[in-house]
Amino acid sequence: MTSSLLYALAGAILCGIGLFGLLWLSHLLRKLLAFNIMGSGVFLVMVGLPQHQGGPDPVPQALVLTGIVVAIAATALAVVLIRRYFHLSGMTGLEDEPASPERGPE
Amino acid sequence: MTLWLMAGLLFTPLAWAVLTLLTDFSRGRLVTWGGILVQVLVSLGLWLTVARDGGFHYGLGGWQAPLGIELRVDGLAVTFVLLTAVVASACGLHAGVYIDPDKPWHRYFWPLFWFLWSGLNVVWLGGDLFNLYVGLELISLSAVGLVALGGKANALRASLRYLLAALLGSLVYLLGVALMYGQFGTLSIAGVVSWLGVHPVPAGSGLALALMVTGLALKTALFPLHRWLPPAHGIARSPVSALLSALVVKASFYMAARLWLELGEPLGNLAAAQLVGLLGSAAVVWGSWLACRQPQLKQVVAYSSVAQIGYLFLLFPLTYSVSESVSLQAQQGITLQVISHALAKAAMFLAAGNLILSAGSNRVDALTGVSRFLPFSLFSFGLAGVSLMSLPPTGGFAAKWLLLQASLGSGQWWWILVMLIGGLLSAAYVFRIYRASFLESAGPDRFYHPARSLEVIPMILALLALGLGLASDQVLSVMALPFEEGGSP
Repeated sequence: MTSSLLYALAGAILCGIGLFGLLWLSHLLRKLLAFNIMGSGVFLVMVGLPQHQGGPDPVPQALVLTGIVVAIAATALAVVLIRRYFHLSGMTGLEDEPASPERGPE
Repeated sequence: MTLWLMAGLLFTPLAWAVLTLLTDFSRGRLVTWGGILVQVLVSLGLWLTVARDGGFHYGLGGWQAPLGIELRVDGLAVTFVLLTAVVASACGLHAGVYIDPDKPWHRYFWPLFWFLWSGLNVVWLGGDLFNLYVGLELISLSAVGLVALGGKANALRASLRYLLAALLGSLVYLLGVALMYGQFGTLSIAGVVSWLGVHPVPAGSGLALALMVTGLALKTALFPLHRWLPPAHGIARSPVSALLSALVVKASFYMAARLWLELGEPLGNLAAAQLVGLLGSAAVVWGSWLACRQPQLKQVVAYSSVAQIGYLFLLFPLTYSVSESVSLQAQQGITLQVISHALAKAAMFLAAGNLILSAGSNRVDALTGVSRFLPFSLFSFGLAGVSLMSLPPTGGFAAKWLLLQASLGSGQWWWILVMLIGGLLSAAYVFRIYRASFLESAGPDRFYHPARSLEVIPMILALLALGLGLASDQVLSVMALPFEEGGSP
């Protein structure tokens, strides 16, 4: 197994862990961290996979840089929303709502 | 000339976004009115250019792929650019009157609105997988911000749910992009197609396509990944709901459709195509059924979006391993469905916003007696409903007619049943609103009367959806314009 394939494999495993966390954890901050782990996994796959064609490839590096910026923006937005949501409702998860938005009186 | 048009299309929305960030709500509204004028003119100009000279590739700032951003300007893309200009300016003008300027956080509506618009333009014109991702993220983040403008805890809950779904969807898509680049060494869709023309199809490359389509389906709210959509679209302010339903979900669908049309034949398979069609059909039936059972007016419209999105995914089975003419019919039908749903649903949400404003409540049964006092908004709502029911001569009818022919032409008669059931159920939920509003209530006019301009805008959109059926040939002829390979500005 070459080292670049190892990177890609590690990325795939990170993706799996992140996906698991995103779907199964209920605390919003944990969900957000899981999203970041999954994002790192994707970036690792992106940088790791194309290298096996001889020498590092500059394009994925540029892409991952952009991807990191996007992920930071998304994380910042999520943190602001979670904080405000916690202040208003006192809850840290989306489940067990007293009145779900689909059925509750407006 | 093209340089100015492209700059106007892609950069001025960003400029308006930054500019409106610095002002308060009413100054932002002034800036936006000016900006809308520019955008409509530029979109029209680009559309006319393509209608005259045909489509072309455009390297932004003179940089070519892979490091530069290459744009693909063809008939379909400019049609959607123009559609965006029409729907977004209607929503922008409506929002300027509808949204309460006194709440301090409402001034952020304008920057988010403009970021959303520029993201949409990027997606319509984008030619490579990664820039499409960036455009999509720009759209999602501003859309989430717009939903959160409601300010209450349940608005934030809906927007958080939306944000998590959107982020998961884009990561799954990005993973597909990573695999795609690892496999083919290129990010442009055209590049992958030409690679596949020379080489045999590598094993496992279907996975990349499957991941990308799954991620995009989550962002488009395809059944059973639709759970985030109704709360978000239902709780947002009405102009925002209109933007989200009419344009935002279409952006991710447009990407999925373009991927499928270019790469579905070599990388996809029949079972996957039928499965996506089946999920779309389930969305049509289940979404319409739930729309009939919602107690709140905007939830009815939101579930109707879930159903109407389902029709779009019939594109997958109807274009896989069928004859050229059937595939063309299916593509034309789906495009008309996208356009007519965008116009009709925007009209419906804006009209629903007016009805809620006047009844003072979100509930369907609060509409009792509104027909006597607010017939104009109710009429727009119904007119848009006629297009969703796909009765002639609306755009919805023209779309379903083409899809019907494509189903028959490819021998996949089972999709016709779906369209039939969907049409009947959509009639049921539109008439349910009508029934509630035509019930006579004793007592005087207790309704608030919104400004006339609020009522005119949904009417115009509904009339456009109606007129699309009559002008569908002209619309389709622009989409089929020849594409000049290697054309330069």
